[in-house]
Amino acid sequence: MEKIYSRTKTIQEDKVSGFCPGCMHSTVVKLIGEALEEMNLVEKAVMVTGIGCCGLHMDYIAYDTITAPHGRATAVATGMKRTSPDSLIFTYQGDGDFASIGLGESISAANRGENITVIFINNGIYGMTGGQMAPTTLLGMKASTAPKGRIAEEHGYPMHMCEILNQLTAPAYLVRTSCNTPQNVIKTKNAIKKAFQNQLDGKGFSMVEIVTSCPTNWGLDPLAALDFIEQKMLPEFPLGVIRDR
Amino acid sequence: MARVLMKGCEAIAEAAVRAGCRFFAGYPITPQNEIPEYFSRRMPEVGGTFVQGESEVASVNMVYGAASAGTRSMTSSSSPGIALKSEGISYAAAARIPMVYANISRGGPGVGAIQPAQQDYFQATKASGNGGFEMMVLAPSTVQEAVDLTYKAFDYADRDHNPVLILADGVIGTMMEPVELPPMKSDEEVAAIKAAKANWACIGHKLDYANRSWIQPGQWDTKKMQAENEKAAAMYASWEKDIQVEEYQVADAEVVIAAYGISGRIGKSVVDICRAAGKKVGLIRPITVHPFPYAAFDHIDYSVCKAILDVEMSIPAQLVQDVRMGVKERCPIETCLCSGGNIMSREAVLKAVDAILAK
Repeated sequence: MEKIYSRTKTIQEDKVSGFCPGCMHSTVVKLIGEALEEMNLVEKAVMVTGIGCCGLHMDYIAYDTITAPHGRATAVATGMKRTSPDSLIFTYQGDGDFASIGLGESISAANRGENITVIFINNGIYGMTGGQMAPTTLLGMKASTAPKGRIAEEHGYPMHMCEILNQLTAPAYLVRTSCNTPQNVIKTKNAIKKAFQNQLDGKGFSMVEIVTSCPTNWGLDPLAALDFIEQKMLPEFPLGVIRDR
Repeated sequence: MARVLMKGCEAIAEAAVRAGCRFFAGYPITPQNEIPEYFSRRMPEVGGTFVQGESEVASVNMVYGAASAGTRSMTSSSSPGIALKSEGISYAAAARIPMVYANISRGGPGVGAIQPAQQDYFQATKASGNGGFEMMVLAPSTVQEAVDLTYKAFDYADRDHNPVLILADGVIGTMMEPVELPPMKSDEEVAAIKAAKANWACIGHKLDYANRSWIQPGQWDTKKMQAENEKAAAMYASWEKDIQVEEYQVADAEVVIAAYGISGRIGKSVVDICRAAGKKVGLIRPITVHPFPYAAFDHIDYSVCKAILDVEMSIPAQLVQDVRMGVKERCPIETCLCSGGNIMSREAVLKAVDAILAK
């Protein structure tokens, strides 16, 4: 029988995932690996990881990786891509990393049109540190540092990074996807591949924002977390291509 | 080779280019603006890259990235900007990434003063970031020395896989002096330096878990983390052989001036004036302020030496703590200090020397 699907070779078989059950980091890491393999880019690939759960897979992927200080992944990627233009440089950052502590680096790299790819994981919460409020936390959503839920008057509103970066002239590709349904998983993979292709084509800054779940810190089981994405997250963070040049 | 007249900051930048530095990122702050400005003109001429970062933090992390991809890379700043860079420097030290940076230091603490000072000695030599890492810290007292030390700094960084700091001050950075520039590394030499790093640099490797590049500024496993720190400590201990110090007229000195950088140079002129007047004065000038030349203080004849005079542009005194460890209570230590962006005056040092001799 013809083998039509198998585990990506970019993930080590003898390693155990560091992610919680139902966490969509696992899905995205798999999609990245598949995209790299299908595009024959594994040997060029360098992942710059942020701080937090987005570093939990460094141990079991098979391509080059470096840890950036919290929020600085796009700055690190800038230095790498400028001096190693033949490498495929992509960052892998959470919402605290990309949209809070790294906001300056994120916007500035996008504004320079750095020829890098950003994979931005938006699950509306700080995962590794234990469910603190993120810049993307929904109004009313409880967090360990917002025990009464996010209150607009006190905490401001959820930040929409695709739309914020869409105010800049330079970015080539800004898209928001999710992994809450099989169809959206496929769309996410295609978006990642397009973002990688943009870098190969020298188009400049591409970002794939992926709305994902954090069952552990949302206090939901994995299936209920999928419903939460559909009912709460996606109305706040509508999916679609925001910029494609 | 003919000497050229250059400003300290520009000479440091040119020395870096000649050493094969092909990536620089920096952010404006006085008194080091001539370094990024020079690189912005010079890098395109040699196929290198200059980026004006959006902040000191971003700039040092760009350098961390470029150096991790195998390119000789540098950043620079001045005191409060260096404090901001401590994040990236600590990461580079933890991940054992070679990089060079220069502090053209100014008054402090806080925003301090834009004029020259030596207020960053502790920061430079004891704790340039979290985690207790160490770096070689090179302190020039002339523009020529700044050139030579910058050129050499890239070799130290590559040899040790560790950041190296050029600790200068606003005087060295902004004055012009004739300098002899070191030889320009050829494109082939620069390419060979980069190629030699290809096995560990984060540039993409064949699908092979064991041999991929994994640059880790930390470890999940506590045993591995301890092992990394033990390896780093052994490397720091190996720097004894790299100590550089100028010992001038020390053997019979009744007063020994201890000073580094521009204060060391002023101190040396005081020695010459005193010797011409028959006064027995000497100088110990650490060139590597880390590793510190403690052993130089064993060369003092403590049967004739009345006191050590610690001269520095810092209040409170900072260098004096290392001097104390070198002197080991064998004679008194006095200080001659200024701060706030005021440059050490030769007259003040002469007066302090005379006061000791008169005792």
